Amino acid sequence: MTAADLERVYRGERGRCVATLVRLLGDIDLAEEAVQEAFAVAAATWPERGVPPNPGGWITTTARNRAVDRLRREATRGDRHRQALLLHAPDEPEEVGPVRDDRLRLVFTCCHPALAQPAQVALTLRLLCGLTTPEIARAFLVPEATVAQRIVRAKKKIAAARIPYRVPGDAELPERLPPVLAAVYLTFTEGYTATTGDDLLRPDLCAEALRLGRLLADLMPDEPEVLGLLALMLLTQARAGARVADGGTPVLLPEQDRSRWDRSLVAEGQALVRACLRRGAPGPYQVQAAIAAVHSDAPSGAETDWQQVLDLYDLLARMAPTPVVALNRAVAVLHVEGPQAALEVLDGLPLERLHLFHATRADVLARLGRDRDARAAYDRALALATNGAEQRFLRGRRAALGNGTEGTT
Amino acid sequence: MTQYLLSVLHDETVTPPAEVTERMYAQVGTFNEEVKAAGSWVFAGGLHPSSTATVVRAVDGEVVTTDGPYAEAKEVIGGFWIIEAADLDAALAWARKGTLACGAPVEVRPFQD
Repeated sequence: MTAADLERVYRGERGRCVATLVRLLGDIDLAEEAVQEAFAVAAATWPERGVPPNPGGWITTTARNRAVDRLRREATRGDRHRQALLLHAPDEPEEVGPVRDDRLRLVFTCCHPALAQPAQVALTLRLLCGLTTPEIARAFLVPEATVAQRIVRAKKKIAAARIPYRVPGDAELPERLPPVLAAVYLTFTEGYTATTGDDLLRPDLCAEALRLGRLLADLMPDEPEVLGLLALMLLTQARAGARVADGGTPVLLPEQDRSRWDRSLVAEGQALVRACLRRGAPGPYQVQAAIAAVHSDAPSGAETDWQQVLDLYDLLARMAPTPVVALNRAVAVLHVEGPQAALEVLDGLPLERLHLFHATRADVLARLGRDRDARAAYDRALALATNGAEQRFLRGRRAALGNGTEGTT
Repeated sequence: MTQYLLSVLHDETVTPPAEVTERMYAQVGTFNEEVKAAGSWVFAGGLHPSSTATVVRAVDGEVVTTDGPYAEAKEVIGGFWIIEAADLDAALAWARKGTLACGAPVEVRPFQD
């Protein structure tokens, strides 16, 4: 057995083991400690004895036994845990229950609407993906102490307020599923367009989000929005290789070298889009996935079916009438109806604080020949952009402007 | 079972018309009956305005009494329920009905064991 073997088991099994231990022990901290201890035992004994046939089951059983030993030693830990353990006597057979459901329970607990979104994301990455606090802090470029505090507070709230450890019923699902999907998608988008730092992409975050997306699709195969989210992430991830030019500057979708798109991810994403749209229950993730699928169908940027993209954005804007959706729709309007129509959509959107709003507006103004206004808009976008790669991109666009003077503002 | 405090955050700067207040009282009455019928009721009450509050505090061992409230705020606790529920989801389900009944935000906090 090598360190890589253990690492693989850790990555693959830790979330499952923690989820089961949370159910058995009724306490997240205890569960994490016990699983951590079991992996330490594995690191000490597996090199000599070899990896057991069912590594996850071995870790779970070992963790449970360790937790029982510890509770026997520390009688002060409270009666609730002891009772929970008595119900699941440590010498009962190997079977560790419906583990698939345990992970689903855990994700719904982590993403309970009573927790703030940054805490939901941090808890999910920590408990289900096994990321450490420093890893999460690095990924989101926030101080380690901030992440640690979010996780500690969230765990305390889960315990004190008794946030339940269960999969919500069908009646609650419409309210409970969106924060779960949002936490996964936020992880993905942060990986695909990092808020800060010099690199545009954080591939590790995209990979974790895709792993979670696949897990959710596996656990909830009948939820069209779950499939829609996975399809959206796959179709977006497919473009990752073409998204950054040499030197780390972003390349806009119409200008990307499509031979560098990952065809197998495109095929998988397109198949999922077709499968979930057939169910006839479209939602925002499915529609966004369908938009990504239209793009992935075009042999070149110029051959994009922008009318279909616009129709889908019209549908999305009815489902999710947010300013950001309107901003994205404006790009489709630009390609179907021209820059003047796009400018009319953009003006009046309450997105003064968003660099992408000003960057889009700058592009539209440049197409209208209003270079001076375009330059002012790029300046505003640059002042708001916090990612180094995006700043380089915006400076390049600004430098490419002519010296037109027919601006009006 | 855990006990939860459901406090009603009342905006004292607004005086709703009498018929709105009357409807609110009737709705809260119905809600109270529902909580009792479900066996979740512990205690509840409505409070006089915060201008009737008095603050008593010990400063260096000496007790000082001042005209309240403790902190000037737009929203103050106007009333509360104490309910018993299996978990936060059950408590939030009552809070949802409670806020619809009283027309003000409801804050849910667990009691210590």
